[in-house]
Parts: sequence; C-alpha cells; structure tokens
Amino acid sequence: MKIKGILAGTAMLVTAGVMLAALQRLFQPKYMSDVVEGNLIADYYNSGMNHQVLFVGDCEVYENFSPVTLWEEYGISSYIRGSAQQLIWQSYYLLEDTLRYEKPDVVIFNVLSMKYGEPQNEAYNRMSIEGMRWSKSKIDNIKASMTEEESFLSYVFPILRYHSRWSELTEEDFRYYFDVEPNFFGGYYMRADVKPAENVPTARPLTDYAFSENSWNYLEKMMQLCAENHIKLILIKAPSLYPFWYDQWDQQIEEFAEQYHLPYINFLDENMLEQTGIDFAEDTYDGGLHMNVYGAEKLSCWMGDYLVNRQGVRSHSDNQKLAEEWSEISERYYAELNRQLENLELYGNVRGEQEEE
Amino acid sequence: MLFTDSLFIFGLIALFILYFAIAKKYRWMLLLGASIAFYAYSGWSNLIYIAVTAASTYGITRKIEKMAESASAEVKAHKAEWSRDEKKAYKEREKKKRFRWLVLLLVLNFGILAVIKYGAFTMRNVNSVMGWFGREGNLPVPQFLLPMGISFYLFQTMGYAIDVYREKYSCEKNFAKLALFVSFFPQLIQGPISRYNELSEGLYAGNDFESKRVMLGVQRILWGYFKKVALADRILPAVTMLISDSEQYDGIYAFIGILYYTLQLYADFTGGIDITIGIGQVLGIPMAENFQRPFFSKGIVEYWRRWHITLNTWFKDYLFYPLSVCQPMLKLSKWSREKLGKTVGKYVPVYIATIAVWFLTGLWHGAAWNFIVWGLMNAVIILISEKLTPLYEKFHQKYKWSNTRPYEGFMAIRTTLMMGCLRMFDCYRDVPLTFKMFASMFYKGNFHILWDGSLMQLGLSAADYIVLLAGTVILFTASMFGRKGEVRERLYNKSPFVSCCLTVTLFLLVMIFGAYGIGYDSSQFIYNQF
Amino acid sequence: MSETLSTIIEILQDLHEDVDFETENKLIDNKILDSFDIVTLISELSNEFDVTIPADKIIPENFNSAQALANMIEELEDE
Repeated sequence: MKIKGILAGTAMLVTAGVMLAALQRLFQPKYMSDVVEGNLIADYYNSGMNHQVLFVGDCEVYENFSPVTLWEEYGISSYIRGSAQQLIWQSYYLLEDTLRYEKPDVVIFNVLSMKYGEPQNEAYNRMSIEGMRWSKSKIDNIKASMTEEESFLSYVFPILRYHSRWSELTEEDFRYYFDVEPNFFGGYYMRADVKPAENVPTARPLTDYAFSENSWNYLEKMMQLCAENHIKLILIKAPSLYPFWYDQWDQQIEEFAEQYHLPYINFLDENMLEQTGIDFAEDTYDGGLHMNVYGAEKLSCWMGDYLVNRQGVRSHSDNQKLAEEWSEISERYYAELNRQLENLELYGNVRGEQEEE
Repeated sequence: MLFTDSLFIFGLIALFILYFAIAKKYRWMLLLGASIAFYAYSGWSNLIYIAVTAASTYGITRKIEKMAESASAEVKAHKAEWSRDEKKAYKEREKKKRFRWLVLLLVLNFGILAVIKYGAFTMRNVNSVMGWFGREGNLPVPQFLLPMGISFYLFQTMGYAIDVYREKYSCEKNFAKLALFVSFFPQLIQGPISRYNELSEGLYAGNDFESKRVMLGVQRILWGYFKKVALADRILPAVTMLISDSEQYDGIYAFIGILYYTLQLYADFTGGIDITIGIGQVLGIPMAENFQRPFFSKGIVEYWRRWHITLNTWFKDYLFYPLSVCQPMLKLSKWSREKLGKTVGKYVPVYIATIAVWFLTGLWHGAAWNFIVWGLMNAVIILISEKLTPLYEKFHQKYKWSNTRPYEGFMAIRTTLMMGCLRMFDCYRDVPLTFKMFASMFYKGNFHILWDGSLMQLGLSAADYIVLLAGTVILFTASMFGRKGEVRERLYNKSPFVSCCLTVTLFLLVMIFGAYGIGYDSSQFIYNQF
Repeated sequence: MSETLSTIIEILQDLHEDVDFETENKLIDNKILDSFDIVTLISELSNEFDVTIPADKIIPENFNSAQALANMIEELEDE
C-alpha cells in the first residue's frame, strides 16, 4: 500500500513536471518572425566553436561586422557574440562562457555599453541571457543583470515569466516548437535595405560624463581575463551616429587604452570614416543607427586588413574543416542577401510583406 | 511575507517534507520554529509583540487556573462546616478575584492593540474635536508599524484566555506549546481565528502521513492559489483603478466596481483561507472553516453566519452574549420593560449589544470612520430585517414562493448586491464620498459604458476577461456541487486516479493563468492589514 | 411536567409560535433559535426565575431543548 502510494505520488509529480516543461517550451518566445535578435546568443552553440576572433557587444557589433567577409577576404574565422543592448557585464560573462569552449586569439569589444552602469531592461536581459547554456557564468550574469522586478527563479523556470503568453500564442510558437531555425552568419544579423542618415538628433549635454565604477570594473575584468588566456583585447567604437558617442566618453576610453596599451579604434573618427569608406547615405539601413550589409562588409574589410597586418592574425583559408564550415555559411549568406534584394524590389521591404508596416 | 512569495512556497514544501521526516514528538517544535521564522521574517520587532501576548497569557491563565483549583479545594475542605450561602459567597469572591486577573490580561493586550492600531485614529479625532471648541488640536499623532496578523492572533489568544477563565478547558501548561497556538503561521496572514480546544490536538500531535489527507490538502492549497493568483490578483488593477479615481468612475462604473470588488475580495479572502486550511490538512491539523458559500445566503443575518465565520462567532461568544446577559444589561431590560412596555423593553439588550458588536466589528476591520459606519450600517440592516421577519413570513405563507428556485436565486443576488453596496465603505476615501458614489449609481445613467468598450479600458484585456469569466463559472460550479471539501473527498473516494488528475490540472491552471510575475504586482492580501 | 419546564415552554412559545417545543431537541443545531432569541430568552428567564445565567452557560447543550433549559435553570437555582 505504502509503495503504491509513493509510486503514485512520484508518477503524479513527474507528469506535472513533464507537462509543465512541455508548456514552458510552448510559451517561450521563438523570436522567428519578430525580434529575431532573441536567438543570437543560443545560436553560438551550433557553430564550429573554432574561431580566431571573437566580437562581444551590442547591436553595434552584430549588425556592423560580417564574419563571412572576414573569412572570404582574409581567411579569418570569427564569431560575434552580440545581443541587443548587451551590457558590459553581459559581454564579460559571454566571453567567460565562450572561453569554456574555445580560445580565440583576439577579442573585440565595442565600448558603447560602458555608458550603462546598472541593469536596464528586462526584455533585453532575457534576450542576452536566456540563450546561454547553464554555467557559473550564466548564474553570475543573471545576478548582475536583474532589474528590481525580476527574479532569479524565473530564469531557471522561464514559464514563471512567459506563462501569460497563452493568450498571445501564434502559429510560429507551434511550428518552431522543437527547433528554431535562426538565420545568422557567424552571429551577424543581415539587413540589405538602405535608409540614409538624415536629421540625426543633436546630442543633449549630460551632467556627468564619467563612466560608472561598475562599468570600469567589468572592463578591467575583461582585460584580465584576456590576459590570463593570452588573448589580445581590442576596443572599438562602431560607426553608429546614434546613440550619441560623446567626446568626453571617447577621451576616457582613449586614456584607459593608453594606460593599458590596448588598441582602441573609434570608427567615428573622420580619419577612420575615410579609411573604411563608410558613407552614411548608403551604408546604413535605419538612418545611422546600424550598418546595412554594405556598411558591414566595408567595416569587415578594414578590420580584416587591420587584424592581419597590424595584429598578426594568420589566415586559415587552407584549413579544410573551417573552409567547409564557412562555405555552408556563405551559401546561406548569399541566399539571404538575394532573398532580401528580391523582396526589396517586389515589396519595398526586406521581409517580403505585402504592405509596408 | 505573503502566500505568493516564492520564499513562502519553497519554505512550505521544505516544511512538509521535514515534518513527516522527523520523529513525531519533535513535529510540533518544528511548527513552532517555522512560525517564529515566518514572523521574524516580517520584522524582528514584531516578535516582541507576539511574545508579550504569549507570555502574559501563559502567566495569567496559569494563575487563574491555580486560583480556581485552590478555591474548589478550599470549598471541599470546608464542605461540612460552611453553609450553602457561605459557600456561594466564597465562590463569588474567588471568581471575582480571578476575573480581575482576566481583566488585567485583556486590558494589557487589547491596550497594545488599541495604541498601535487605533492610537493615531483616536488622536486625530481628539484633535479635530478640540478644533471645534476653538482650540488648536495638536496632540501628537503616534505612528506604529502594525505587526502582521495582530488582530488575528490577539483575538484567538484572548478567546483562549476567556475560555480558561470560564473553565471550559484547562490551560496549556507548556509555554512553548502555547506559543505555537498563538503564533501558528498559516493563520497569521488572514485567519481563521481558531479555538484552542479545536486546534490544539492536531497542532501538538505528530500526525501521520496519510496519502488521502495530504492529497486533499494539496488540492485545497492549489484551489486557494487559483482563486488568489488567477482571479483576485488579475482583477485587482481594475478595482484599484475604479476606486482611486472616483471623479471619473462614478455611476455605472461604481456599480461595476462593486461587482469587481466582490469577486476580488471573495477570491482573495476565501483563497487565502483555502491555502491556510489546506496547509493544516496536509499537516493533519483540522482548522475551523471560515466560509460557507456566503453569497447563497437568503439575507444579511445568514450571510454573516457564513462569511468570516470565525470572527463573527468570536464576537458572538466573547462580546455579544456576555454583554447582553450581564447584570447591568438585565437591569436595564427590566427598567425599560416597566417604562417602555413589554415588547420594546424585551429587545433593549439585544439592540444595544448588536450595535456595540457591529461598532467593534467595523473598528476591527480598520481604524477609520469608513469601517465604523460600515459596521453600524450592518447593524441597522440586521435589526430592520429582524423586525421585518414576521411580515416576510406572512407574505410567504400567502404566496408560497419562498422555496422555489428562482426566488432563492433572487435572494442570493439580493444578498450579494446588498453586501457589495455596504462594502463601498471599504473602497472610497471617506464616508461622504461613499454616499455620493452610491447615489451616483442611480442618477448618472452612463449605461453606455457597458457596451462602448469602456470596460476594456480598465487595465483588463480580453484574455483577462476570459479568465475571470471562466474562473467565476468554476467558482460558482464548485459552490453548487456543495462544499468543496466534500467534492474533493467524494472524487477521491470514487477514483484516486481522477483525484490525481485534478491535482495536476489545478497546478497547471495556477501556473498558467495566475496573474504573477512581470507586469503583475503581487498584491498584499486584503485581509492581512487588519 | 415540572413547573419550570412548562414556564419555559410558555416563554419559548412566545418567541416562535409555530414550533413544538415539547418535542424539539435541536433548537440550536437546527437553527430555530438565533442569537437574538437566545438573548431575549435569557433576559426572560432571569426575570422569571431570578437566576443569573452567565455567558459561559450559553452552549448548544444547554439550549437545544426546553428540557435542557429547565435542567440548567434548576442547576443554577441549586448553586
């Protein structure tokens, strides 16, 4: 009788658990037709995990650099672990996470997120963190990122966060139930449309330009982590006109880089814009916030040249295994480019929707 | 701490496992430890209040009992020599002595309550009365943080002390055990107010793990959470919106507010009680029921026998009866019979006691005139309906409607609406505003809000309305099937497998349709502030 | 029938004329007497018999039937 009771109880718990897990998967956002950026972080684990160069940072990396170009032009295998509004500690913990699988020669960090010293936005946290596999890095990341309204538990059991999506479920949630099929190219999110930068809003002066202690702290940690692993750390500021990058901020990074002998490249410099050939009338898809594929390829060409000639990164184009991996990615890359161009011609937008949104 | 805190839920699961894992004789100690931890979590200073209540009650009830024992020993010893009158006089004297101790205990404890809960209210009123007489009313208004559940544990403990004085049962000799009775944590949030003789046995015994009982308990807990998080918390934003902006939301909005608040309060309060009693059931501790399908009542008197039962029986046993049968009251009754005639005079004690009880019931709910007026309105309606009862009876004898289904339905709706209207005092800022809002329902005439989409602007989406509607239907159906306990028990007896399925279903319903997490503020239980 | 009992039944009949108080023995359990009736009853009884009925005597066992009430009154008179 007693054994029967225990068995029944266990069976009940298991059933409840399984059903809950099944529902949890259903309710989790699939990020397929909308905010596709949500799949960026998890997509890394499907890659070959064999990269010489790793980008970390926010949309200023995953929309501004094209690893396919880096491979095709310079034989450099690279990956972008970028996510929307990735905060500096999230970059740090993603770097930690990546180092569990591979050791790149160079890490490139985009410094825009230095401006945020505190947790910002729950939705972006979710997109930056949930895709990570469980590790101490993920736990630390969650703890560092949570806004006041969030709870750790809801990262462990996402159903606690997404249960109310029962009323918003779409066909997509069922179609991609078992597997999402994101279309990124070494962590790059492609956009082929053009929207020239006009009327860029003028920057409001700030009362305090100093980066927070927390941000500096993580930048130093990132530097240490790279040093321990014999990785070259390169700081960059991508050529996005907005959010505005203040001279006072630039100066602080300049000083930091000089003090620790880190390379720092500000692509917004007149000189750099000339070298890269970025034209804000053609190379951006949203009026200067992000590069389109043309801008990204230009930046990648410059970056490849810089990595090979100035940082001593070797070409691996003769590596058979890598070549196979990258040819598959290239194929998808050009297919996507063609699809977007066709849609632009037929419908005037890259998504191929009948009507303009 | 609230029932919906994740810490509470995990703590509870840990407690259940521990309780059945340790030796039986330590189980009640575990409960005491859990209660202290629970109370300390809500603030260390709160522990002091509850400790004072437990210690003073322990000391004085022991004293009273010893005095009673030695008095009866004394009577026995002098059985032969004392005359009947001597014995009677001695007994009276001794009882009076014991009574003084009891009064000391009551004054001390209710005094604490009076100061911390009602001190500010009293002082403000004194100040404004002084203002009327042209004096600057500037007595200090004390502000205290109200210890959690004080109105519940204090009433429960004082009831125990009065029962010991009345020699209904002998007092608890073990201080730690008494402390557990005073502080038993599931009751600290929303009650019920238990009686020692009903609670103690289950509380102190190390109860066996009985799979049926545990299963039914878990079901009751989940059912409580369903009411609380899927319904009450979901509709709460709309209720708050409706009552906080009375300028905009008057007329039919006020009526909608009554309906929403009725659902919110019912789901929140009965849900909290279901969780509490369910916890007790899992642990094998039977607790008093606090609700019996109150909205099916035929009238207000019956409603108050079925809503917040333990509070009302407390007031009946420890205030209404003693007050209405005490010597001065009987004298008053005699006097009024002579002066006012037999029929009127007979009712004087009842009327005075009723009004006093409802004044205090109002005050128990909160230190504000709103609650006092609410209590007195209840008293007025009760007295009027009591007076009208013979008329009703004649009417029904003539027309024979009273036992038909439609008429019962009509009475249930009438009771629900009447109690809803009274509850408006609960919602609005002050008494005049409440009357104004009540009146606006009849002259404003803004019926168009019912169909022009205004109801979708109250912070509730179509999905929310679907859940609320379905939930209300489920509540109604569960009530129709009789008391929930019986429904669950019947189901288990019929098929333990189906019962298991019910548990899993309830669990999933709570997880999916609960209004918790980002976007929903986990609201404080309405009743734990009293 | 004792004199006490018949007096009690008379008083009860005054409260509810349609109840057979000689046989009914669940006055409280069947909710025939409510708290108003009980208080009125006590005030009548103490008037009639010159006894004090303290609040702690108000328990269902003492009020469920006319006989129980009579027993309680006799007990109180004895004390």
